[in-house]
Amino acid sequence: MAQKITIDPITRIEGHLKIEVEVEDGKVKEAYSTAAMARGFEQLLIGKDPRDAQIVTQRICGVCPASHGLAAAQNLDKAFEAKVPDNARIIRNLIVGSNYVMSHILHFYHLAALDYLDVMAIAKYTGKDPRLLAVKDKIVGLVEAEDTYPLTPRYDPDEFSVDDPEIVTTAVAHYLEALEKRKKAQEMLTIFGGKMPCYCTLVPGGVTIHPTPDMIAAFKYHLMDLIDFVNNVYLADVLAFGTGPLLPIHQLKVGAGVGNFLSFGMFDLGVSGDYKNRFLKSGVIMDGKLEEVGEFDPTKIEEAVKYSWYTEDCGGLHPTEGKTEYDLDKEGAYSFAKAPRYDGKPVEVNTLARMLITQDKGFMDLVNKIGAHPSAVARHAARAWECKMVAEAMLDWLDELVDNLKAGNTDICDDKPVPEKGKGIGMVEAPRGCLLHCVQIEGKKIKRYQVIAATNWNVCPRDDKGQRGPIEEALVGTPVPDPNNPINVVRVVRSFDP
Amino acid sequence: MESIFKGLSRRDFLKYCASIAAMLGLSEIYIPQIAAALEEATKGKPPVIWMQGQSCAGCTISFINSREPTPPELVLDILSVRFHPNVMAAAGDVALSAIETTMKKAKDKYVYIFEGALPTAEEGRFCEIGETSAVDWVKKVAKDAHAVIAVGTCASFGGIPGANQAVTGATGVEDVLGTPVVKIPGCPAHPDWVVGTVVKLLLFGKDAVLAGLDKYGRPKEFYGTLIHDNCPRRHWFEAGKFVEDFNDPEQANYCLLLKGCKGPFTYADCPKRKWNSGTNFCIDANAPCQGCTQPEFYAKFSPLYEKLPEIGIPGIAGYEVSADTVAKVLGIVTAAGIGLHLVGQIATGRLGKGGPPERGEE
Repeated sequence: MAQKITIDPITRIEGHLKIEVEVEDGKVKEAYSTAAMARGFEQLLIGKDPRDAQIVTQRICGVCPASHGLAAAQNLDKAFEAKVPDNARIIRNLIVGSNYVMSHILHFYHLAALDYLDVMAIAKYTGKDPRLLAVKDKIVGLVEAEDTYPLTPRYDPDEFSVDDPEIVTTAVAHYLEALEKRKKAQEMLTIFGGKMPCYCTLVPGGVTIHPTPDMIAAFKYHLMDLIDFVNNVYLADVLAFGTGPLLPIHQLKVGAGVGNFLSFGMFDLGVSGDYKNRFLKSGVIMDGKLEEVGEFDPTKIEEAVKYSWYTEDCGGLHPTEGKTEYDLDKEGAYSFAKAPRYDGKPVEVNTLARMLITQDKGFMDLVNKIGAHPSAVARHAARAWECKMVAEAMLDWLDELVDNLKAGNTDICDDKPVPEKGKGIGMVEAPRGCLLHCVQIEGKKIKRYQVIAATNWNVCPRDDKGQRGPIEEALVGTPVPDPNNPINVVRVVRSFDP
Repeated sequence: MESIFKGLSRRDFLKYCASIAAMLGLSEIYIPQIAAALEEATKGKPPVIWMQGQSCAGCTISFINSREPTPPELVLDILSVRFHPNVMAAAGDVALSAIETTMKKAKDKYVYIFEGALPTAEEGRFCEIGETSAVDWVKKVAKDAHAVIAVGTCASFGGIPGANQAVTGATGVEDVLGTPVVKIPGCPAHPDWVVGTVVKLLLFGKDAVLAGLDKYGRPKEFYGTLIHDNCPRRHWFEAGKFVEDFNDPEQANYCLLLKGCKGPFTYADCPKRKWNSGTNFCIDANAPCQGCTQPEFYAKFSPLYEKLPEIGIPGIAGYEVSADTVAKVLGIVTAAGIGLHLVGQIATGRLGKGGPPERGEE
């Protein structure tokens, strides 16, 4: 008989998430994902000045406000019929690119790594590296003081946990170093963004900040340091773990998922908001056919609500016609997330989707080396590779900005008044996947505002056809040999960077 | 005396104490005292339970942007973080058990930090942790806490979720508890404000912290001055030069009042402290202050890019003058093409309200 396990809260993510699984014969047989919190951004924006949206919606997620701001701004650019100057397009790319670097470093080291490391193995470190000995001293000091919070309590290490003292001590040293590097990535962002989390220089039509040579120099100085860390520490760690101790989990296909992938594409190269001309490509992969990348069609998006706490008439709508009205007593419902579907199917969105769709050669070679199939481990590898790609691309964007300024193009904003009426849609990629904002303006006020956050695609519940959401599907089959220690479940959930 | 700040040399430790002194606005002569008190206070690291309601985790991300002390020092050396949804190793029941254990073993000793608003509608079902509402958690965990600190504008006053009060009933922690709590608003809260307040609590005790709060429950060290009074663009306000088109490089450093700047209504030390290790802050980035440390943020400060007609300007004039009046006068004067600088001076109260100043005073 199946045993029910509830994990609530899922920690080390942004937001409130509950996961319920039914385990039979040491494996997950059924899974339910519950988004356990709602604030109602879509309702609170109704009647507000449209220019507020790119500020307010950044507060949907404190880890990726950069992306929410951009989705809102691109959505408003369209509604205002503003022509975003090239400088603004590049500055927006630099801001969101900085946050990609921050978010990926944070996710691997601070949100995910503790699932794979047996931190207490550090006590057995016998090497002579002074830096690692300092880490050992710190951890041993905590143990001696009988206060090892927040590293304990925790789930027990298992067969997939890494307990080699040298590797673990190095990884924890990198964990500490990464805290400083992610902070540096935020400081780099604020050179053009003003402040983080939640930057302030984004407005419909462009940005408020006039780039100067000293800003560009400071940005480049930070960026060079981060590229060094990303290539030589982060990517190196992920490669070492992925092709070493974590290879068996990958080969077992733990956390494989629905096999459908969607990307809106990210980092505009030509006209701002044109998803067909982006550094990371837009596209779809369906039914596990990884070599067949199809064209993305925005009209094929729909949101189901059968198992969500919303009234029935909120279901089956494209977000441009979307509605948000709660029904907390709805029978069978178990989540505040609606269930977004593409062409009627659940799709995985995140870095793995973008890398498979962009088909960057370096990444595809890496995937082929460890086995070309999705898994929890593959998601971590994709993130590290993308982090390198984006960080290095930012150098080119800086050069483009310099060339623009040298050529006398100083425009940063098509600063337009609020239109009487208008409609817009903004589709970008947050670090964790497809992010859509759309607005309808009437009488200079917001009449309708709808968001499909990146995490919604992945954490969503079942739809009207009973199809599981991507995280739910990825959990089915996950090994749980000990029901009291469902560590593989959280590994799979966190690999989505929810 | 050996530093208990593991991995920190004595010199670095004293440098850190100096930064604490500066943060709290104390003279350097207090550095040895701070060092001694800090070492004493952190012999047993104070237990912290940090929970989140209707939050975006932005205040946590901001907290780990702390320059000094660094995030590892904060999380491993200075505080004993018993529960934190974004940093703790545990999940599920294992995580929740850390709250129960702390409440029992460190009764009246733990600091309870709450981030995010509290939805009071529908019996709190808009935010649940471990199938218990955030509202019930707050009532339960605050009861035996040494001190309760609301971090961020959501936990302090309802913040952005509070703009949807009619639906989720989002409000601040104090409203739910019915007793005063220390508030560190900001969207997000600046890491120095949070760290500084916690350090003050460790150094001088709860009563000292409570005694130093303003009428909204904010520590005066950080929220004692108007953004407007320390604004690097204040001279442009007084000269009557305003940003009207973000694209115009000529206007790039002018006053942002007409672009909706809430600096004249907002108490915080951003112009002096700045953000992200002193890199920048909103106004230096040519963006209007959104007033994110105020109870009015967000609903009553909307539209963010419009001057607010209905709210008086506290403090800058010694009497209440509405932003609309200022802007109207400025508008008229602009049209007339005469020295706006005078109007700025009227608005700031330097010239009193006794009619237009003499020409010679210009």
